[in-house]
Amino acid sequence: MAEVLNGELTAKDFETDQEVRWCPGCGDYSILKQVQKVIPELGVKRENVVFISGIGCSSRFPYYMNTYGMHSIHGRAPAVVSGLKATNPDLSVWMITGDGDALSIGGNHLIHMLRRNFNINILLFNNQIYGLTKGQYSPTSEEGKTTKSTPMGSLDHPFNPAALCLGADSTFYARTMDRDPIHLRDVLSRANAHKGTSMVEIYQNCNVFNDGAFFGMTDKETKGNQTLFVEHGKPLVFGATKEFGIKLDGFTPVIVNMNSASENELWIHDETDRTKANLLVRFYQDPSLEGNFPRPFGVFYTEERACYEDLLVNQVETAKSKFGEGDLNALLRGKSTWTIN
Amino acid sequence: MSATIEKPKEITILFAGDSGDGIQLTGTQFTDTNALFGNDLSTFPNFPAEIRAPQGTLAGVSGFQLHFGSIEIFTPGDECDALVVMNAAALKANLKSLKKGGIIIANTDGFDPKNLRLAKIDSGVSALEDGSLSDYKVYPIEVTKLTKECLKDSGLGQKDIDRTKNMFVLGYVLWMFDRSLDPTLKYLSDKFKKKPEIVDANSKVLRAGYNFGDTTETPTTRFSVDKAQMGKGTYRNIMGNEAAAIGLVAAAQRSGLELFYGSYPITPASDILHELAKHKNFGVKTFQAEDEIAAVASAIGASFGGALGITASSGPGIALKGEAIGLALMLELPLVIVNVQRGGPSTGLPTKTEQADLLQAIYGRNGEAPVAVVAAATPADCFKMAYEACRLAVQHMTPVFFLSDGYLANGAEPWRFPTADELPAFKGNFATSADAAEEGENYRPYERDENLVRKWAIPGTLGLEHRVGGIEKQDGTGNISYDPDNHQHMVNTRAQKISNIANNIPLQDIELGAAKGKVLILGWGSTFGAIKGATKELIEDGHSVSHAHARYLFPFPKNFEEVLRNFETVLIPEMNMGQLNMMIRSQYLIPTVALNKVKGIPFSKNEIKDKVLEILK
Repeated sequence: MAEVLNGELTAKDFETDQEVRWCPGCGDYSILKQVQKVIPELGVKRENVVFISGIGCSSRFPYYMNTYGMHSIHGRAPAVVSGLKATNPDLSVWMITGDGDALSIGGNHLIHMLRRNFNINILLFNNQIYGLTKGQYSPTSEEGKTTKSTPMGSLDHPFNPAALCLGADSTFYARTMDRDPIHLRDVLSRANAHKGTSMVEIYQNCNVFNDGAFFGMTDKETKGNQTLFVEHGKPLVFGATKEFGIKLDGFTPVIVNMNSASENELWIHDETDRTKANLLVRFYQDPSLEGNFPRPFGVFYTEERACYEDLLVNQVETAKSKFGEGDLNALLRGKSTWTIN
Repeated sequence: MSATIEKPKEITILFAGDSGDGIQLTGTQFTDTNALFGNDLSTFPNFPAEIRAPQGTLAGVSGFQLHFGSIEIFTPGDECDALVVMNAAALKANLKSLKKGGIIIANTDGFDPKNLRLAKIDSGVSALEDGSLSDYKVYPIEVTKLTKECLKDSGLGQKDIDRTKNMFVLGYVLWMFDRSLDPTLKYLSDKFKKKPEIVDANSKVLRAGYNFGDTTETPTTRFSVDKAQMGKGTYRNIMGNEAAAIGLVAAAQRSGLELFYGSYPITPASDILHELAKHKNFGVKTFQAEDEIAAVASAIGASFGGALGITASSGPGIALKGEAIGLALMLELPLVIVNVQRGGPSTGLPTKTEQADLLQAIYGRNGEAPVAVVAAATPADCFKMAYEACRLAVQHMTPVFFLSDGYLANGAEPWRFPTADELPAFKGNFATSADAAEEGENYRPYERDENLVRKWAIPGTLGLEHRVGGIEKQDGTGNISYDPDNHQHMVNTRAQKISNIANNIPLQDIELGAAKGKVLILGWGSTFGAIKGATKELIEDGHSVSHAHARYLFPFPKNFEEVLRNFETVLIPEMNMGQLNMMIRSQYLIPTVALNKVKGIPFSKNEIKDKVLEILK
């Protein structure tokens, strides 16, 4: 088989012959399509791309990508990825997970993945429900959620994934949605460009078990008021006609009407400002309710920090230069020996 | 008058004291000295789970038993010839293992009223003074006081001075058993290279202990055990966990694979992680994962990428790894799982030994999930069997368990180590771009060779892009398949693939005794020494007894049944309630006899002998 040069591949080359088995109308289709479009543009050879997932609807994803892939076990994809990346630092590794996989059964692995900062991309499909097991509430479902397992309403307080990730010292956090393909592709490119664990939360509609969970943020009539698209260096403005802005009164964000405020007083988004990012992740109340902040989308925060696999390779190299390349005979012999003739 | 020197063939000595008394170090140094001298030996460290258990109490007693001799040594010894005790609790806890007429070396400063109270000696009278030890030879020494005296001008603080008192005892013991101070002096100067004052203090106290024996000559008898008649060659002393770690490194070196070790700290397996972490210059990558599941899953990720993925734990951790081991089996990737067994169930007895995880290794997963299982028989054997586990995992693209236990992990013995060239090289059967499918076709990751083994197709190889996963797959293509016949086929195939390993392992041999006879003692794991020692004596007494030791437990060697059927009775001693026994009975319908013990301590030779004699009656 002839080597395929960068830039010669198209989205089509990343499709497999496997029938895609998500429910018709599932948000996953859109995400798959955008990923297949973006990957050829990244300048990575196809044989160096690996998709690793856990368990759940979203985790079927690797079967549909014509790259290397592994559909692992529930919640453990971060650990599989860690071992792969520790031994193969040059691979382009994409981890596919869902709200149950990443935040419930795999919650422990996720936070450790983030603090270690392996250079990988995580796509967290958040549909706020368990789909594959047919409709139980998830760790991101809203309080009081009525599902098959919670006929009287869920008692759980939900995770705020953005706050959780920043709390675990994530070096890149972005939020996007299945129904905004352009924004989704842009965020994916940004995630790939970041060296470190790039955490991308994707709001994804489960049209069978949790239909419309994000409609307020995706429908034309409401999305203007309920969403806030942040861009580095730009002021925080939202609304159908960008009629609202957000400014900071000390550390308290305040919504202002642009009729009576000027852009100069507004909060300017700075992706490298951890303090502001920590305020931004707290815009997590129901955005459809009067007086609440809109839900932010885009790259919240990014920082440069050494990646685990690079540090590990450094240690190996340091050990080799300090003690010399390992000598198996010396190791077998140990420190003291005696001989019987 | 100088002390007379006796020449016994073997000596068993037990050092006991507070876990903070430096007992393990004292024992290890005395062991290394005897090893370097040329004795055969076997050790058994026995310590409490708590790092610093309450001082002076029975719960806090740490022990180190050494059996060394000029003859072949199989076990750490059933009964002791000498007991070295640092306090009243240590004496109370260990007196029962001392032979009548045996030697007691006691630090009298550890027998004050407070020590007696802590040791729960209700009479309040020290055994050293109440006449109760009249059956033994007692050498009371004011170790703490003499050490203080020795270092009064050293400028060291009280704490540092106290810490050297084990060196006084070691010096005295080295005198009593006619051994050189040099190995310990060298050890001290290497260990405290950057603290010359500590080297000086310890060396001074060590010499003082030696000289104390020489000048006071309280004991009128010294003991000198001659060199053992061991096979020609160069030896070193080695502990089981160290041997296992070196075996893993050697396997990686001889297969040209990168070693990735994903592990979560757990007693008694952690020392393997510590040892491997020292060998990064061999390209070894160690990863202290966030939990047991991440440890095994990271090793699977490494194997997927073409490295030799290894994880290790003890029973409770292995339980957590079960699902991921099933994944590795479905992916058909190499994975080595080390289980340094300890007393169970649950947290059980973390620092004590047991071999009750055999069935867990062989059957402990959901579904029909066969993997290979091998086990080491002695501390040095951990090297060979860890190496074998790697070889089988790579050659058969499968998870392989390597079973050790707490007794092997911390026990030591002389090892005639191999050279690198003597170790059989092996390699992964990597798929290359030449294996890529025709244009428009897909690569078939589950194509198999005559042993049913698939090729190792790793990311980064052009044209081999493929997907694997834990869902049942169609043979050949690896595509998801729920087809009933395919599932049956795959279950059969995976089972046959493991069975085929029997063609790639040595035949079962008889360790000692005839190939046919009345009783075969069949062991596995760390019961080796006790069984071999018992068998040797029974044969010497004219009994028809043989010893076979299983190192390959799943699958069994091809001639296994034949070996067993050559005996009227097969006795299976195990530190569990009969796990190998159950396997042999169910697989071969042989009416075996079980001998079981779960006390957290190894079998003694006599326990096994008694059982055989009962059978022969």
